[in-house]
Amino acid sequence: MVVLFSLFLLSLLVITAIAIVRAENLFSAVMLSGIFSLLMAINFFVLDAADVALTEAAVGAGVATVLLLGALALIPNEERKRTRRSPVALVTVIAIVLAISYASFDQPRVGDPEAPVHQHVAPWYLEQTPELIDIPNVVTAVLGSFRGYDTLGEVYVVLTAGIGVLFLLSAGRTSLLPRRKEPSIASSLKDHLIPHVVGRVLIPFIVLFGLYVQFHGEYGPGGGFQAGAIIAAGIILYALLEGEGAALRVLPPRVLVGLAIGGALLYLAVGIVCMLLGGAFLDYSVLASDPVVGQQIGILVIELGVGLAVTGTLLSIFHAFAARDQ
Amino acid sequence: MEILGLFNYWVFAALLMIGFYALIARQNLFKKLLGLSIFQSAVFLLYITMAKVEGGTAPIILDPGAAEIFSNPLPQVLILTAIVVGISTTALGLAIVVRIREAYDTIEDDEIRRLDRPS
Repeated sequence: MVVLFSLFLLSLLVITAIAIVRAENLFSAVMLSGIFSLLMAINFFVLDAADVALTEAAVGAGVATVLLLGALALIPNEERKRTRRSPVALVTVIAIVLAISYASFDQPRVGDPEAPVHQHVAPWYLEQTPELIDIPNVVTAVLGSFRGYDTLGEVYVVLTAGIGVLFLLSAGRTSLLPRRKEPSIASSLKDHLIPHVVGRVLIPFIVLFGLYVQFHGEYGPGGGFQAGAIIAAGIILYALLEGEGAALRVLPPRVLVGLAIGGALLYLAVGIVCMLLGGAFLDYSVLASDPVVGQQIGILVIELGVGLAVTGTLLSIFHAFAARDQ
Repeated sequence: MEILGLFNYWVFAALLMIGFYALIARQNLFKKLLGLSIFQSAVFLLYITMAKVEGGTAPIILDPGAAEIFSNPLPQVLILTAIVVGISTTALGLAIVVRIREAYDTIEDDEIRRLDRPS
């Protein structure tokens, strides 16, 4: 039964992807890519990746769709009619699909416990996490502590991309995130009664759920990346309903940039404090007298930093698109 | 049924190449970016497929003593951060497309190249 369900979901993914490429109206393509992300999230869930599914749903289906729409407001909505087909590209692509499918016969079957990927270091993490860190969610433990360097790098990549967007979209202006009288996408839902009423009821719960995901990430699926995306989605919904000005009054541009940079610096600061206390960079064991408690404190603080940085960056990017003149 | 265990890899191959086709065959820069994100999602699907263990569950150990089977947490961690980084880089690409549109008044690749050609 589950097998049939996942076959169905995977086939839907392929169909949606083809529809995205074929759609000549870019607005339809954006809507389809929202559906694509949601389907992808369900697939991740079926494959036992709860944390990843949560991230994909919040980031792919929520924030990405809004950003794509924000950019779409500034470019032509129709793709130019194709004058010529490209048979070479089509043949190449089909040939590669066949080649990869042929190669797949050498792959271990999905879910095979004997697959090489499950034999190397993965059992060690599953065995040692309860002992060394003592939090239930192994994904959060690996993300926050075992691979803390990597996550720090990812946070700075997100921050750098955000800075890049702000610079690109603020060229020829005096401030990075200027206010505008008539925002382009940020007032699109203002005149519609039902989204307005429903949205206003939903926003507090979305933000509350974001905070739950942030601080419950050690015990269930969740953590800073997901929470940041969910809270950003809630505030973007507020901006769509009440106008961008209202959202900017709640969280002014200065605060958003501060959140993004502050979150990233908080993460870095934890690493430096660990060094000052005599440990290695991002070795949280020295943060408390009991190394296990130290690990838990460290993960909690760096997840907070990740959450702040992701919220600040995504909201800054959203406002940068919404504020750009045509 | 044994052969169905490979279906995920075929979907990965199909998605990868659908995204790649949009990237090489379509001229619209916005469409190219959508193709790139399909390509990226295909890679995510491959990693998460590898993490799956038959009869397992999400790697959240509520009772350390119980003999449960868990899926592999490592690919999940890699992809979790990759998704957020992916949206940031997509946003950067969108910002560049918006600036290109302002500079050239078109986002079709071949028209931009024609405008750039010294006449």
